[in-house]
Amino acid sequence: MGQKRQIRVGTQWMSPRDAEKALAEALRVDKEEQRLHKEEHHPHGFIGTYIFSTDHKWIGIQYGFTALLFMLFGFSLMLLMRWQLAFPGKPIPLIGNLLGLTNAPGGIMLPEFYNQLGAMHGTIMVFLGIVPLAVGAFGNYLVPLQIGAPDMAFPKLNMASYWCFLPGGMIMLGSFFAPGGAPNNGWTSYPPLSVVGTGGQTWWLIGMVFLITSSLLGSVNFIVTIVQLRAKGMTYMRMPFFIWAQFVTSFLLLLAFPPLEAAAILQLMDRVAQTSFFLPSGLVISGQVLDVAGGGNPLLWQHLFWFLAHPEVYVLILPAMGIVAEVIANNTRKPLWGYRSMVLAVVFLGFMSFIVWAHHMFLTGMGTTISAFFQTTTMIISIPSVIILSALFISLWGGSIRFNTPMLFALAFLPMFGIGGLTGLPLGLASADIHLHDTYYVIGHFHYVVAPGTIFAMFAGIYYWFPKMTGRAMNEKLGRIHFWSSLIFINGVFAPMFYQGLAGISRRLYDGGAQYAHANPAFKTNVFMSICAWLLLVGQIPFIINFFYSMFAGRKVNANPWEATTLDWAATTSPPLGHGNFHEIPVVYRGPYEYSVPGSDVDYLPQHAAGPEEATPGGGVLPQVAVAKQEP
Amino acid sequence: MELEIPYNVHPRPDTGLYNAKLGVWLFLASEVMLFGALFSSLILLRTGAPTWPHGWELLNVPLATLNTFILISSSVTVILAWASLRLGDLKKARIYLALTLACGFGFLIIKSIEYGSKFQHHHYPSTDNFYATYYVMTGLHGLHVIGGMILFAYLLGPGAKMWTKEPERYTNRIEVAGLYWHFVDLVWIFLFPTLYLL
Repeated sequence: MGQKRQIRVGTQWMSPRDAEKALAEALRVDKEEQRLHKEEHHPHGFIGTYIFSTDHKWIGIQYGFTALLFMLFGFSLMLLMRWQLAFPGKPIPLIGNLLGLTNAPGGIMLPEFYNQLGAMHGTIMVFLGIVPLAVGAFGNYLVPLQIGAPDMAFPKLNMASYWCFLPGGMIMLGSFFAPGGAPNNGWTSYPPLSVVGTGGQTWWLIGMVFLITSSLLGSVNFIVTIVQLRAKGMTYMRMPFFIWAQFVTSFLLLLAFPPLEAAAILQLMDRVAQTSFFLPSGLVISGQVLDVAGGGNPLLWQHLFWFLAHPEVYVLILPAMGIVAEVIANNTRKPLWGYRSMVLAVVFLGFMSFIVWAHHMFLTGMGTTISAFFQTTTMIISIPSVIILSALFISLWGGSIRFNTPMLFALAFLPMFGIGGLTGLPLGLASADIHLHDTYYVIGHFHYVVAPGTIFAMFAGIYYWFPKMTGRAMNEKLGRIHFWSSLIFINGVFAPMFYQGLAGISRRLYDGGAQYAHANPAFKTNVFMSICAWLLLVGQIPFIINFFYSMFAGRKVNANPWEATTLDWAATTSPPLGHGNFHEIPVVYRGPYEYSVPGSDVDYLPQHAAGPEEATPGGGVLPQVAVAKQEP
Repeated sequence: MELEIPYNVHPRPDTGLYNAKLGVWLFLASEVMLFGALFSSLILLRTGAPTWPHGWELLNVPLATLNTFILISSSVTVILAWASLRLGDLKKARIYLALTLACGFGFLIIKSIEYGSKFQHHHYPSTDNFYATYYVMTGLHGLHVIGGMILFAYLLGPGAKMWTKEPERYTNRIEVAGLYWHFVDLVWIFLFPTLYLL
């Protein structure tokens, strides 16, 4: 079998060794061409290549680095909060005195500062961490590669998207230095508190407008790229599931974010122009009637906010499902089970996500009829998620699974997301939600979806595509240490939250619920959870070491180390050719997951491999015409 | 050698669209959601308010009617500019573009007269929610007008150089800019009755 294994390169079948040589030659020729190109024509220089790059691969890496840094920062905010929850009123060791007198005099955290940390943890993780990593980084890097496009449809807009995102993120972080400190109204910024809140809230709103602009530019670019730039033969049903996930995600970003932009503009007006869109008449603050016109409606904000923020949940989870699908198909060496149902499910899920938003608002007194409607749509939307998750589980059946680090993270995603999803059902039922609303149960539910769910999928993606981005593999041993420590400690943090929530502990209490006499036993788990959170940070150290070590000194690998079928792996080098990704734009002949095809002497057939009957011996004459050259 | 992106100028056979045209339609879809959210907010605030003035009692309907006609004519001139380019006549196209730009200016001047008289009578966004929605919605629309005018000024001035080398691409740009301008026009056609006549 080993000697017979053949790989298709361009128009020819050859042994892996020859293929590697041919690709190395192609890479060399390309480098030579680029060198000549740089010398002869306008040199981009350092700034053009690394800072204001229009290459989707580099923009993806920029997004990835920035998002990972933001995530680490957002994570560390939570670690401070966990100290206060575990040991309320005790000075924070080591760094307590560095936090400033207005935040933590004598190292003891003030309630106002605790609220700032909570609001900013949520904002940073959602808008500056996961979305840019899942869409900005993985989407940018992989979408053109997987559909056989030379770049995104609008490379300059792509650059502009990153350069709206970064200032937006900086403005968000800058809010810590605003008068009164960062926003302290939760990541949802509910008025009227947010309108009369700290100076940082204005920064939050302006930063949000930047981030929405960035996501608008990105989502238009993704949709146009996927519709227009698919290589010849790449029909919609031959697209990898990851591309479908990104496609639906882009529509959610495109259509759900503008209402939040409208809401941000209205709240900004409330704050700077003294309008009262969200301020009701006769609002009393600290014993004083607020001197505004009044007549506004605080619930209006909630509707506009959740109209974004529920689709946003699917923005967080769909790219993760896409990554997991790729990793699972590759490492079980068999096609995804029910690819077509998964695609239909993801499209249906996208539609439904626009009509479930008010299940976040069951307790606003909106009436039983409306509650019943949103409760029904919420139950319906769980069906497509279950279809996708079941299809991924069934895909494992009968596969000869390779347990490498990306696969471990992808496998862990399945039950973790399962827990997150199933615990959401009681929250979607209005009567159960009365008890659970705003308790730690909610925190446990969505963190299971997003932390051991999405973030584990992101790790799977990083370990899986690292060789594509760098040409070097990450270390397996460190990867396994990272995986097992993360899995154990992350459950240690979040599983007890269900218990606390069922006991009735509110999610927004500075002291973790100390005054809840009836919930005293549940309150005691805080110390255990906090220790798990800090150990979770320690568990990330092997990853950080592995990441930088492997980038420079990792084991060198060939172009397709996982023996994958999709174009990103099979049709180009690792890292891909700098100028236009492919030496020649490939032509696609088959679906995305043709692993272990009966009767084939190789266990994977790349998408651009013609059928054995079509490949003529000793070379082949199939036309490999670049789509670009077919234009009249 | 610039990187060649497929279907940058010519339509892809199976979709019948070139990239920028699909891109601008998607952008407009997102704009519909933006203004849609503002219109919904207006409906919610107005239906929830104990009293809400009629637009024609407080706002200047004749001036707004004039503005409506100005914007509609600018939508016609921008189509004519595109049609002239399709016929290969850059000179005529530039005249029509200049007319479009002039209409934009005219609209903004009339709008600023309206704003000015309101400020004189001390009617600010903070006065009540009627004025707040009026200022925010017309203000955001005004920003869109300014954005469109910057676009046309560029296409009329330095952007027109593209005509000599890539006439088709330049024509596409005018078409796409025109689509955006029609949308800005359409928003006003919704704003005018909603704010002034109801």
